[in-house]
Amino acid sequence: MIIRDIDLERQVQASKRTWNVLSGFVCIVIGSVLGGCARYFISGVVARNVGETFPWGTMIINVSGAFLIGILGGLATNQSSLMASTNPWLFAVTGFLGCYTTVSSFSLQTLSLARDGETGRAVSNVLLSLILCLSAVTCGFSLSEWLST
Amino acid sequence: MLRKSSSTIADRWNTAILYACVASGAVVGGLARFLVSVALQTGTEFPWATLFINATGSFIIGLYATLTGPEGRLFASARQRQFVMTGFCGGYTTFSTFSLETFRLFHSGMKQTALMYIIASTITWLVSVWLGQTIASRLNRLKGS
Repeated sequence: MIIRDIDLERQVQASKRTWNVLSGFVCIVIGSVLGGCARYFISGVVARNVGETFPWGTMIINVSGAFLIGILGGLATNQSSLMASTNPWLFAVTGFLGCYTTVSSFSLQTLSLARDGETGRAVSNVLLSLILCLSAVTCGFSLSEWLST
Repeated sequence: MLRKSSSTIADRWNTAILYACVASGAVVGGLARFLVSVALQTGTEFPWATLFINATGSFIIGLYATLTGPEGRLFASARQRQFVMTGFCGGYTTFSTFSLETFRLFHSGMKQTALMYIIASTITWLVSVWLGQTIASRLNRLKGS
């Protein structure tokens, strides 16, 4: 009887673990779909309105994503907040923001600027992206700290 | 009139398909990034996993863009390109996590590590995409295509 109870307990634990893993994957999948589509949408809108001589679309996406991850990272430092738990983090940060922001397009666009002889634009894309994204994440983090006090 | 409306329906359908390509690529990329970052958890302060992910993603986009480009060896439809480049590579690589990790390093006083991370990242991203393009254009020039 005791052995059966232990077996049952193990099964319950195992199914809880399976459930945690599965629900985590589902959170990443939903976040990824939304993040990827949001990036595609915004980069299209920016390309149509501003043109594609300078990769403003990718810049706007990465800077806004950095700002949002700053806010969420700040919230996560507070243990009682929603972002301190696993699944909301997997959805919003790993899934949505991870797929929304991109390094690959940034690298490809920087390289093609450099290849086209636009060295100045290539360098300013790198510097501006780094400065703006790091400022944005700092602003987001400070904002959520300020809001939570 | 009829023609116009049927062409807008076709356009909308095409747009919907492109979004589906981006979304499915992003799911594969997002899950791949998660699995790689779990597999590469080193326990050190330096974010090796994100560095590796962003470098490999840049390499893949450089390689694929050139292989399937105008002078490329491989033919890929617009949908396939959206799936791989915008979807997979875009979803796999991440600028936001890089920013947060750099901020956390600065915030915890490890300014040197943070600076090293920024410099190492920028160099490896650009070298990776360049390497991808260079290998692909060598492949494109091979005979027998």
